[in-house]
Amino acid sequence: MKNLIEIRWHGRGGQGAKTAALLLGDAALAKGLYIQAFPEYGPERMGAPVASFNRISPKPILLHSGVTNPDVVVVLDPTLIESVNVTEGMNENGILIVNTERAPKEVKSDCGVKGDIKVFTVDASGISKDCIGKDIPNTPMLGALVKATGILDFKEMLEDTKHKLEKKFKSKPEVIEGNLKAIERAFNEVKS
Amino acid sequence: MSKINVVARTGNEAMAEAMRQINPDVVAAYPITPATEIVQIFASYVADGLVDTEFVPVESEHSAMSACIGSSAAGGRTMTGTSSQGLALMAEILYVASGLRLPIVLAEVNRALSSPINIHCDHSDTMMVRDAGWIQIFSENAQEAYDNMVQAVKIAETAALPTMVTTDGFIISHGMERIEIFEDKDVKDFVGPKKLGQYLLNLEKPITLGALDLQDYYFEHRRQLAEAMIDSKNIILDVAKTFKDKFGRAYGLFESYKLDDADRAIVVMGSTAGTAKVVADGLRAKGIKAGVLKLRVFRPFPKAEVAEALKNIKAVAVMDRSDTISGHEGPLALEVKAALFDSNIKKEVPDYIFGLGGREVRLEDIESVYKDLGDIIDGKSKDRVTYLGVRE
Repeated sequence: MKNLIEIRWHGRGGQGAKTAALLLGDAALAKGLYIQAFPEYGPERMGAPVASFNRISPKPILLHSGVTNPDVVVVLDPTLIESVNVTEGMNENGILIVNTERAPKEVKSDCGVKGDIKVFTVDASGISKDCIGKDIPNTPMLGALVKATGILDFKEMLEDTKHKLEKKFKSKPEVIEGNLKAIERAFNEVKS
Repeated sequence: MSKINVVARTGNEAMAEAMRQINPDVVAAYPITPATEIVQIFASYVADGLVDTEFVPVESEHSAMSACIGSSAAGGRTMTGTSSQGLALMAEILYVASGLRLPIVLAEVNRALSSPINIHCDHSDTMMVRDAGWIQIFSENAQEAYDNMVQAVKIAETAALPTMVTTDGFIISHGMERIEIFEDKDVKDFVGPKKLGQYLLNLEKPITLGALDLQDYYFEHRRQLAEAMIDSKNIILDVAKTFKDKFGRAYGLFESYKLDDADRAIVVMGSTAGTAKVVADGLRAKGIKAGVLKLRVFRPFPKAEVAEALKNIKAVAVMDRSDTISGHEGPLALEVKAALFDSNIKKEVPDYIFGLGGREVRLEDIESVYKDLGDIIDGKSKDRVTYLGVRE
């Protein structure tokens, strides 16, 4: 992998953009990588646009400035594309992953994607509703991200996320099961 | 060498983890806005029975520090945490803690002071109490926050001075990073049992603490406090040495990053030091000899050592994440300049006040500081104080 990968997650307050960054950070750490996971702190309101970030590197990460030129952008809510410039500052060879039923080609024109940015889409909300019973697209998007970027081994990531979810949802085993299924489906269903 | 566990933790979690392993006798706290999670996480350890600590929830930060003083004076190992307005509200009692020479350890998250209302990172709160007689240790990242907390207890109790360990608000406090934590028993061994000197609950040898101390002895007691702060420098270094022997990581009063052959250097504290190192590396790849002096210990200020480290560097800039609003430089620049002056080193040292209220400091901002230093080397003069990244 290249020295440092920077990731930006776009979501709306309550969709779990922060949790997704934390879970990804944890999974990368389990693989022996150095990580950062941090949210952008503004007014935290349900439904308002929010962002969170990851840095992942095989070497210690000294940078503590914001992520301005992400290699990967993940969009948890397709309606954000209308109000937020989700491709802002993206590297030319970056990867954009959007939770939507639309095809990558359509999203490419919706976002006015330039250059060699690769676009992936997956219906994470649909998957989430099927598997978890609620529209919580953050965990399935984790599966899509691993497929699109190849930065982690999928099985290892799934295993680590399982451990993390087991801690968080001790009393709700059905939530763990649903999330893991959603991650796996999104991994398999993401399109480029 | 201690076994280590690699985990992902926020700065707040890292500090709370250190507190759990230290297992203090008393933690008294009140979460004024903007509080951090440190005390909240620690309270959950208390509730879960993971520590033996007596947790004293009080009604303000002023009371929190007051309760800490009572506990520490009685002989208990005592810790608390705060941030921003909370530290400001504690200010009156911080002076009491140091005056009574009580080794309280405070986890402080650096954040802006009102007004305008803001909850983000700068160093205004910690700098506001820089003359309160507390040892002040800055951390670059979550790992250093954890390591510094573990060292702080030993430092405070050996120096008989209260000690605050700081991290940068949000950037470190709420950002998750890879850190290495030690086994509980190794931290416990390192910290050791609290050495009881004179304390209130010693019925064999009753003492009075906090008595009226007028023209006859007040001055002598303040002089002793000043002497304790001078002496604490070597204590901090001794504790760092013991820490390195046991845990492997080296700490000093400051970190010299590629200063040996540098012709230009930035002096900075906290998380920005990491970003400055990345910029310095980038410049070095282009053949520019850039370095960073990351100050770890602001109180006591390592005057002679800082001057020595900077003496052969052609151009030096200071980056201050707070302002003195004095019409002159920020607090760090004033210290650095005094250090250079007293060592007969004449240099133009521009100060860059940056990042107030969490204003992002970008790589380009730090590059521009190094560029200014290049101009100084070329014989051009620069403004004494620049507000870096402000709109005006």
